[in-house]
Amino acid sequence: MQLLAQALSQPGVDWHALSPELVLTGAAFIVLVADLFLPRTARWLAMPLAAAGIFGTLAAVVSLIGSERRTLGGAFEIDDFALLFKGLFCVIGLIVLAISYNYIRSGRYYQGEFYFLMLCSLLGGVVMSSARELITIFIALELISIPAIIMVGMRKSDAKSNEGALKFFLFSVLSSAVMLYGMSLIYGATGETQVDAIRRSISSGDEPLVVLSVFFVVVGFAFKISAVPFHFWAPDTYEGAPSPVAAFLSTASKIGGFVGLLVLMFRAFPEVADNWRPAMAVLAVLTMTVGNLIALRQQHVIRLLAYSGIAQSGYVLVTLALIDPGTGEAAVEANAAAFSAAVIYLAIYAVMDLGAFAAAVAFARRGGSYFLADYNGLWRRSPVLATLMAGFLLSLAGAPPMAGAWAKLFVFLAAVQAQVYWLAVVMGVNAVIAAWYYLAVVRRMFLVAPDITEPVEVPYLLRAAMGIAALALFVAFIYPRVITDLAERSLL
Amino acid sequence: MGWIEDWGLSVATFLPLVGAIALLFIPPAQERAIKLTGTIVAGVALVVGILVAIAFDYGNAGALQFEVSAEWIPQIDANYHIGVDGISLPMVVLSLLVTFLCMIYLWWHIPEPGKPKAFMALVLLLETGMTGTFVALDLVLFFIFWEIVLVPMYFMIGIWGGPRREYASVKFFLYTLFGSIFMLLSFLALRFSAGTFDMVELASQGIDASTVFQNLVFAGLFLGFAVKVPMWPFHTWLPDAHTEAPTVGSVLLAAIMLKMGTYGFIRIAIPILPDAAVTWAPVIGILAVIAIIYGALCCLAQTDLKRMIAFSSVGHMGFVMLGIATLTDEGINGAIFGMVAHGLITGMLFFLAGSIHERYHTREIGALGGMLQQIPRFGSLLTYTAIASLGLPGLAGFWGEMLALLGSYEPNAQLNQTLFRVLMVGGGIGTVLTAGYFLWMLQRVNLGRVPEKYRESRGIFDVVSLEWIAWVPLLILILVTGIYPKLVLGVTDDAVQKLLGVFG
Repeated sequence: MQLLAQALSQPGVDWHALSPELVLTGAAFIVLVADLFLPRTARWLAMPLAAAGIFGTLAAVVSLIGSERRTLGGAFEIDDFALLFKGLFCVIGLIVLAISYNYIRSGRYYQGEFYFLMLCSLLGGVVMSSARELITIFIALELISIPAIIMVGMRKSDAKSNEGALKFFLFSVLSSAVMLYGMSLIYGATGETQVDAIRRSISSGDEPLVVLSVFFVVVGFAFKISAVPFHFWAPDTYEGAPSPVAAFLSTASKIGGFVGLLVLMFRAFPEVADNWRPAMAVLAVLTMTVGNLIALRQQHVIRLLAYSGIAQSGYVLVTLALIDPGTGEAAVEANAAAFSAAVIYLAIYAVMDLGAFAAAVAFARRGGSYFLADYNGLWRRSPVLATLMAGFLLSLAGAPPMAGAWAKLFVFLAAVQAQVYWLAVVMGVNAVIAAWYYLAVVRRMFLVAPDITEPVEVPYLLRAAMGIAALALFVAFIYPRVITDLAERSLL
Repeated sequence: MGWIEDWGLSVATFLPLVGAIALLFIPPAQERAIKLTGTIVAGVALVVGILVAIAFDYGNAGALQFEVSAEWIPQIDANYHIGVDGISLPMVVLSLLVTFLCMIYLWWHIPEPGKPKAFMALVLLLETGMTGTFVALDLVLFFIFWEIVLVPMYFMIGIWGGPRREYASVKFFLYTLFGSIFMLLSFLALRFSAGTFDMVELASQGIDASTVFQNLVFAGLFLGFAVKVPMWPFHTWLPDAHTEAPTVGSVLLAAIMLKMGTYGFIRIAIPILPDAAVTWAPVIGILAVIAIIYGALCCLAQTDLKRMIAFSSVGHMGFVMLGIATLTDEGINGAIFGMVAHGLITGMLFFLAGSIHERYHTREIGALGGMLQQIPRFGSLLTYTAIASLGLPGLAGFWGEMLALLGSYEPNAQLNQTLFRVLMVGGGIGTVLTAGYFLWMLQRVNLGRVPEKYRESRGIFDVVSLEWIAWVPLLILILVTGIYPKLVLGVTDDAVQKLLGVFG
């Protein structure tokens, strides 16, 4: 007992700051253990337990609002940025749970394990939001990926699931190795692992070694966020994975990668930005253009969403290609605009993408499939589902009256503010290309006559998830301050 | 009536949006409740709009009135800044009126596949976008309203449209989106060179930037607005969209949505970038005259009545753009008058074309005939509206064209007089061609013998009462504004004078 008290009072550990992670870890283990003791018919309780755990985490996040804390020797930081993303990860977790429930329960899955793994992966994201040090960032990233690999392979008897898991595993390991190599070089060059310290020690000179190591790190992240040309795993993995897992990968896992990348690029490496910014611009252009062009030809809704998600990553990467190392007022403002744009984009993207996945799952589980050809005339069969799906897709396309319009507009604005007009133009043209394939799905649902007229039943949990997501997007469209105020406060 | 001052414009703009959301919660089986809700909402919005027009201080029409400015997105200095002056008031009233009349027309007829709930919700959403565009005084707000109209019009054409609806709807959507991206880029460029999104401030302080920059920004605005007008050669989406759209969709497109483009030139491009406007005016003028003549020639070649009316829009909007390009008092007043007149007349023509299709199940000009014998009242309405459209003095169509041509005789002092006089001649030839194709159409459709297959048909009936209700306001306004053009010009002139102040 005395030992415990001593451990808790150890200097340097701020337990309150760690409370979201602690609650989530506890919830994950409760889910795992409860599954062992629950009778087979009651195993579905794992989902409500997991949901309760995420709500608990959210409560811990809320209790930290307004405080600035650093602990674990500065590796772990609580600020508005961290809290915003912790909150976002919790929201993503809850929506994915809603998408998963019927899918996992009715399929032949190990429910306890599934929710345990999901919470673990989510924990990675929650840690990542606060990680301000290379090793912590790396651990958080691995914590996101490794449980996700197992989740992808959960449809054990399906060859595509196995293939997806294996591809994901190989790419993930490879990218981790490359990233780790880059991180070790940074440590070698600067002797530091904390982001602020790294920035201080590379501000003096622009050593080739540092630039090289930054490239390795970026390549590692590029795999995680499925940027072109490091995207090859994503469509196969998404298609093979259970669809709720695909939804999780395209939001939580991707946003986790972006959080790490934002922290590093804006806080550790801006001094050498002149060296890596052109590469980032190329990466952004390639990612959005290739993602959009390949998406044009997709016939499977999950693959379509996978490629659209790749293109969406490209828009976020644009903000990273705008970083200005200068310290003048204009440069600082432009950087702030770019950073805010990235935060706003990620938050809105998470909601609209999950909404689209939820609609796809709802349709596929009850009387449909994942093939776009089967979406014909969905509006006549199930007007509400079709309208919601159209709302999410149009939001992804950036058309009003949904918040997706703001996501694109803010990135656009940041590009113009940084006077990188050509990137804004490329992005604009891409938005038009993307509108084509989103509209193609909408066209099938609304303009084409249905082959069958049987209505599609949507489970209540999915209805609630989609309804809330659509409402959130609409409210954020009318009154964007719900998100811009948060983004403004969360500058690093 | 104090609330009109503060809330009138906002209510007129957002009530339709609220109505659209409310419609979603009415069960689809209750068609009557749905139609009533839609019509009442549009009606109340119109009444509010009329109250605004009554409370408007006409002695001071050059100044912005009913201004409301509230913080909206402080991070980018975008404000909820709205207001009307003499230029926008006619457009606001016109959009509220035409939408309401469309709602009445929908009682009579909703095209296949029915679904009044979805249709009316889309019309209301569209109304918010259109009205909002005309009252917005902040570039971001303007852009959002501008974009809102895309989605409902896409669905309206795509679901309720004609045989080639899928092609037409996607073309409309992508074309307009493409244009608006460049418009947005220019808005943002203005923001970062002048530090504000506020149209009023931008116009009063001017842009302190290089000539090249100003011309490029104008080019971006031009692309966005020109696609919407549409100006030749950006017009190709229009014949498809207008022809395939359901009647109400065509009416709204022609009567109001096209004016968003010309309004953008008058409200944003010219006052904020006057120097670039002078540089660009010859280009705009030449394209406008090409559009007038090209539109008229295309009309002569059309066999589909609706497609002919669509191409006539290209020509009429050419006159509006010619008026704007002169940068004169006459020209711009004429342009605004032309916008209103075209809204009334072409809206009416599309109503008639839709009703012809309902009766004859064809729009082929060659297949029709003898309408004046068989359904005399309907035939007379067609004659009346077509003659108004070709610009007969005494009806609304005349003044816009006349003033545009007058303006090009004596263009703004900074413009090349010879060029604009040549353009005037071109426009004059266009009016002759316009008269030609309309009269030819009337000859084939209204006169002659009733074709064999329609002689016994019971489906051919004269104007019904719901049609009268929907059309009479337009018919009266065409006559009244034609006889008494001051009804519009008296409102617009002060604001135009003020606008032209930027040219010193």
